[in-house]
Amino acid sequence: MEKTSEAFFQDKIDREIRIEPKDWMPEKYRQTLIRQISQHAHSEIIGMLPEGNWITRAPSLRRKAILLAKVQDEAGHGLYLYSAAETLGISRDEMYEQLHSGRAKYSSIFNYPTLSWADIGVIGWLVDGAAIMNQVPLCRSSFGPYARAMVRVCKEESFHQRQGFEILLTLSRGTEAQRSMAQDAINRWWWPSIMMFGPKDDESPNSVQSMKWKIKRFSNDELRQKFIDVTAEQVKVLGFTLPDPNLKWNKARGHYDYGAINWDEFWQVIQGNGPCNKERLEARKKAWEEGEWVRAAASAYTTKKNKRNTTVAA
Amino acid sequence: MNKTQQFNQLLNLADNALIIGHRCSEWCGHGPVLEQDIAISNIALDYIGQARNFYQAAATLINEDPEMLTGFVLPATEDSLAYLRDQREFRNHLITELPNGDWAVTTLRIFLFSAYQYFLYTQLKDSGDLSVNAIAEKALKEVTYHVKWSADWVIRLGDGTEESNRRIRHAVDHLWAYTGELFLQESELQQQWLQKVQLVFEEAGLVIPEKTWMHQGGTSGNHTEHLGFILAEMQFLQRAYPGSQW
Repeated sequence: MEKTSEAFFQDKIDREIRIEPKDWMPEKYRQTLIRQISQHAHSEIIGMLPEGNWITRAPSLRRKAILLAKVQDEAGHGLYLYSAAETLGISRDEMYEQLHSGRAKYSSIFNYPTLSWADIGVIGWLVDGAAIMNQVPLCRSSFGPYARAMVRVCKEESFHQRQGFEILLTLSRGTEAQRSMAQDAINRWWWPSIMMFGPKDDESPNSVQSMKWKIKRFSNDELRQKFIDVTAEQVKVLGFTLPDPNLKWNKARGHYDYGAINWDEFWQVIQGNGPCNKERLEARKKAWEEGEWVRAAASAYTTKKNKRNTTVAA
Repeated sequence: MNKTQQFNQLLNLADNALIIGHRCSEWCGHGPVLEQDIAISNIALDYIGQARNFYQAAATLINEDPEMLTGFVLPATEDSLAYLRDQREFRNHLITELPNGDWAVTTLRIFLFSAYQYFLYTQLKDSGDLSVNAIAEKALKEVTYHVKWSADWVIRLGDGTEESNRRIRHAVDHLWAYTGELFLQESELQQQWLQKVQLVFEEAGLVIPEKTWMHQGGTSGNHTEHLGFILAEMQFLQRAYPGSQW
């Protein structure tokens, strides 16, 4: 009997053959990818805001240049990812519309405020660190354009993480005020960072299908554990602590045990009640709305120019 | 040119680049189109890089001859010069410190200023002053792109929609009075600059304003109210935590 399209598709996935935009794919696979990739693109764009806050206040010209380059990289990541999503038949404008209307989500970590310079270090170290943990497996995602975009993103993210760690290392060797600035930032960002891996496995409804389709390779809890294990060691190098009294090495498991995550906070932030949800979205909407006349001018000019060229050619 | 004049010139070059770079960097994350957000952040990054190079050259100069001028934190570094001087000591032209306004003011300011930089750096790269030759040569490549990018926008906005045309004309009216300060004496530089502006304005359907009052004072430390706010924001950490390493 002839294989159904769906079975043929799954067979390709099982044999690790990449799915390309023109290949047949189940509608749900397409929709899952659009949701995930656009959410990821939006996170890059919204993620520019909390760090962008500190470009004009960076404490040295070197730090300013590095931070500016980093935030600009995030814009570039947004661009690759929007392009990858567009191969699935959705336009960038449609994705923006979904973001601005609140239908599309973005990583809830960016709804927390950046209050001190040390937050820039911590975002690089913890937030980009957690992002890398999530994203490295995505370089092997079954969907070709997504996987290829992620290869480029991951290269740059590892540079971002190093610069964050280096900011903190400098603060750790600095004055008492700088050390407490850094510890305070770690205390504020730690729990939101480990929430970045998403809900617990048994409460993550899309995970099973995404793993079967090899969009996802590891579960939320596996990645979270891996991140905690790595970070618990790195924090010792910095001479700071993580704000979890239950964090301790469990020899039998070969992993760190950790305290209970406040999932209520996680869901509240996702539902729009985080400290900066409104500001972040408003900032994006404002940029988009105030840019309307600029985009209109650019397209009117292109139309006129093409018309003139056609006239000349004729 | 004696050493003090040389030092002041380096500060003027550095302050110009830093302050206009600061303004461009304010767009990061707020641009009208993602690609343009990246472009203007990139321009900001170029400017910050130019500022660093000029500050480093200025610092070398004053550290070699600390008696030259008083009132500077010594030994001087790129950061002491950027972060530990107050607005009266800044030597940037006023046009660089004006608020961004809309995309028309932003891109026209970059055009008017980078066209000036283009011809200035062209002179500087072949001048007898070794401390600026190499910096100007490298910066010229960047500025060439800034001129092209911003001229394209001025033309697009001038020849775009009714609204964009109105906005860019308004930007010309607003910014023109700050261009006189770039050329305190009649010079070849000014002629070259005018020609370039004329060319782009023609394509954009814009008219160079009649002779008008020109603001000046930046290079002698008489700034607009805006610079103080820029510095308050930029220098905050260095001022609040003096003597710290970052």
